[in-house]
Amino acid sequence: MSGLPPEEAVRRAIERTLAHGAHSADALHVESDAVEARVRGEQIDFVTQARERALGIRAFVRGASGLRSALTSTSDLAADAVDRLAEDTVALARATAEDACAGLPEEGFAEHWPDLALLDPDDRRVTVEARIAGAREAEAAARAVDPRIANSEGSEVGSTFLRVRYASSAGFDGGYEAASHFLSSAPVASENGAMQYDHWVTAARRMGDLEDPARVGRRAAERAVGLLGARRVATCEVPVVFDATTARSLLGNLASCLSGYAIYRGSSFLARRLGEPVASPLVTVVDDGHRPGGLGSKPFDGEGQSTGRRTVVDRGRLEGWMLDCYSARKLGLSTTGNASRGPGSAPGVAPTNLWIEPGDASEAELVADTPRGLLVTGLFGHGFNPVTGDFSRGARGFWIENGRAVHPVDEITVAGNLGDMLAAVDGVAREIHWFGRVAAPALRVARMTVAGS
Amino acid sequence: MSDAPLALFRSRFGLDDRQLEAAIGTALEREVDHADLFFELSTSDAVVLEEGIVKSGDRHLGQGVGVRVQSGERQGYAHSDEISLESLTLAASTARAISERPGGARSVAVAGAGAPVRDLYPVATAPTDVPVGEKVALLDAVDRYVRQRDPRIVQVMASLVTQQRHVMIAASDGRLVADVQPLVRINVQVIAEGADGRREVGYQGAGGRFELAELVRPERWQAVADEAVRLALVNLEAGPCPAGTMDVVLGPGWPGILLHEAVGHGLEGDFNRKKTSAFSDRLGQRVAAPGVTVVDDGTLPGRRGSLNVDDEGTPTQRTVLIADGILRGYLQDRLNARLMGMEPTGNGRRESYAHLPMPRMTNTFMLAGQDDPEEIVRSVQRGLYAVTFGGGQVDITSGKFVFSASEAYRIEDGRITAPVKGATLIGNGPEALQRIRGIGHDLALDRGVGTCGKDGQSVPVGVGLPTVRIDGLTVGGTEG
Repeated sequence: MSGLPPEEAVRRAIERTLAHGAHSADALHVESDAVEARVRGEQIDFVTQARERALGIRAFVRGASGLRSALTSTSDLAADAVDRLAEDTVALARATAEDACAGLPEEGFAEHWPDLALLDPDDRRVTVEARIAGAREAEAAARAVDPRIANSEGSEVGSTFLRVRYASSAGFDGGYEAASHFLSSAPVASENGAMQYDHWVTAARRMGDLEDPARVGRRAAERAVGLLGARRVATCEVPVVFDATTARSLLGNLASCLSGYAIYRGSSFLARRLGEPVASPLVTVVDDGHRPGGLGSKPFDGEGQSTGRRTVVDRGRLEGWMLDCYSARKLGLSTTGNASRGPGSAPGVAPTNLWIEPGDASEAELVADTPRGLLVTGLFGHGFNPVTGDFSRGARGFWIENGRAVHPVDEITVAGNLGDMLAAVDGVAREIHWFGRVAAPALRVARMTVAGS
Repeated sequence: MSDAPLALFRSRFGLDDRQLEAAIGTALEREVDHADLFFELSTSDAVVLEEGIVKSGDRHLGQGVGVRVQSGERQGYAHSDEISLESLTLAASTARAISERPGGARSVAVAGAGAPVRDLYPVATAPTDVPVGEKVALLDAVDRYVRQRDPRIVQVMASLVTQQRHVMIAASDGRLVADVQPLVRINVQVIAEGADGRREVGYQGAGGRFELAELVRPERWQAVADEAVRLALVNLEAGPCPAGTMDVVLGPGWPGILLHEAVGHGLEGDFNRKKTSAFSDRLGQRVAAPGVTVVDDGTLPGRRGSLNVDDEGTPTQRTVLIADGILRGYLQDRLNARLMGMEPTGNGRRESYAHLPMPRMTNTFMLAGQDDPEEIVRSVQRGLYAVTFGGGQVDITSGKFVFSASEAYRIEDGRITAPVKGATLIGNGPEALQRIRGIGHDLALDRGVGTCGKDGQSVPVGVGLPTVRIDGLTVGGTEG
């Protein structure tokens, strides 16, 4: 590939930006190699391969009462293109308003970090054919589960290898390599003219940590077959068990309300609740950027700051927000190392690896302990309002009678307020499954409104 | 329209027709059904206002090329952010690996007018060329205007996003076409706080493929700001939403997201070719009430979902999906059209050169009926009147769709009464449209803010709807 190498690209970008009059600057270079393939039935559906680079430049220009800032990005890494972009970035920054809280961090930069197991170099040598073989295995296993699995959206594999380089005029210059791999299967079950689809996915930093492909295919198929014959239930108020895949989605909703940006804007229903009980004592939420092999692990965040382990909610009590430097300054606090950015985006706040600590029961025991209620295995739609906490989303799963899942359910909604739901958690399971950066064990909420027929 | 778009790629990357032909030729060294090259050069800008000041400006330059090879149902795809003969040849050799069999020697001559036969979105000034100072001034004006509207407004967030996207497609059938696609959008979000400390959000946006000057007109952006304020204030008064099955009246315009979710996705060619859609094998069957006609139309001038040509170079068109309640057509890209023995409909779209095209919607809407909208509301005893929506989602296979109202009211004895919050509607696509009982004469298209996600790819779309009554939808509130 032509163009400047990463170390030189970030160095030159900062140098040029400062030369055009910026007070400070940073630059992020990300290089990625990706391959993805899907098998459907016995046929390859697609194979895609790509190598990409991008450079992002941030410039801060001094004003009377603060800094003005701008961000640019490009995939053109020719030296003259980088020079032009640096100049444009400064010009763009001059057009924005002064902001007393804008600027790079001056300290707190990551210096040492443990081996985070973000990559297995051997995985680079895995051929496309071997990857496709994994998808074939998952697909075949899914279709072998039950004669009612006669179709699918396919089984997919993908790997991305990243090289990250970040430097700032405040004195940080660092880089790391990471990879992520996934394998998923999405079978379709059909019976009496009705079809149901479900999927299962495994994702990891190292291919060796992925679940066995056949197991992924089987779990996906079992989930799809289990939904056959789903029907609505009558509108009611009952206990609701969220399985690990949907409890994770609730935690994602909660995370959006803990971002420093939502707090200083007053757009989170939790904005005035720091230090207060916001959930049942069974709920402890941890964010840890150093979890070995974690899909959200990184040695330093998007501003070069140390990442590490923090308890965000401790036995129901809200301990703190997730912050980057800007939102921390707005709140008079210190960054928590949750700055997340790509070359084309300014830092924002995101969890690193965020999870709810496992409890004692198994998911099956949570169900067995529910005389009458709902087990939710799928949530869809965007019915969550972070400003009020109001929650109303489409759902599917199983109706529970006398502690047993008696029939599949769909075309219903579950609704409540996230604050009330967290306070009403009366069961936390012990199994946790990492599909991504956010994970939770199955949870039971004592009472929610189920809307159906 | 001139051949300026083609000239841009030729001059900027030093690519002539012979080199394009050579790259396609490399792909055709195996036995393949089709091969194409997709070039893209885009600039996008955003300015964002918050807390009374424009805190940041962004500018992103993207460029790249994707080489695709199709053999039967298989697609091989390789893309690179470097546009050069070397990267093209490498990508072509990678993509063709999808086919194991050697092909006969074929030579391709690319030709064609180079430009689409029409231009649905001519602009004199690219929106990304408008000086950033003018964009900042617009957002400052929005902020001042909103804050003096009502003392209960405590936060204003506004953004202005502009894009100029150049694409060029060269294919093994000799097609060579380029297009320039401008896109502008303004968003206004406000938070209102009531006397009791309760906070609610109101959001509105507008945009399309037209001059930025259009949005700078005060009557245009003030209407957007007024609407955001009104929504936040209505929501301050909103009570709990009822739960259960009821008759629902959808207002005109943006509630057309119902069609997008309930039928649009299910009629995309890929799902129907694979028979994983709840609408598979139902052409010619009744899927909606008599009088319901749904079209997808990529040819509306200046609309957000419109395109001169799709991302495979096929001219867009108006496709009738449902005519008088009967399923008549699917949305097709080239691959799925070929495999189903149908014609491409100009719906092969992709987020960028880094993605494979798929069948996607453009502007999807229901044609107007003859009913008086007020009469439709009066016909409902007890139900819900929903006028503004957030997002929606559909499970293509089971046909279940869900979408969330951000402005809704109870209907009691034929009258619109108290506002309710957080109403999520859920239904079954192939059944819900059969329960339509009234179609208003007031078809409206949305304001130009829709973005559709599928398989991780986002593309701009439009929707539209007249006032309609649908019986027996499940409303997901909290009040039993």
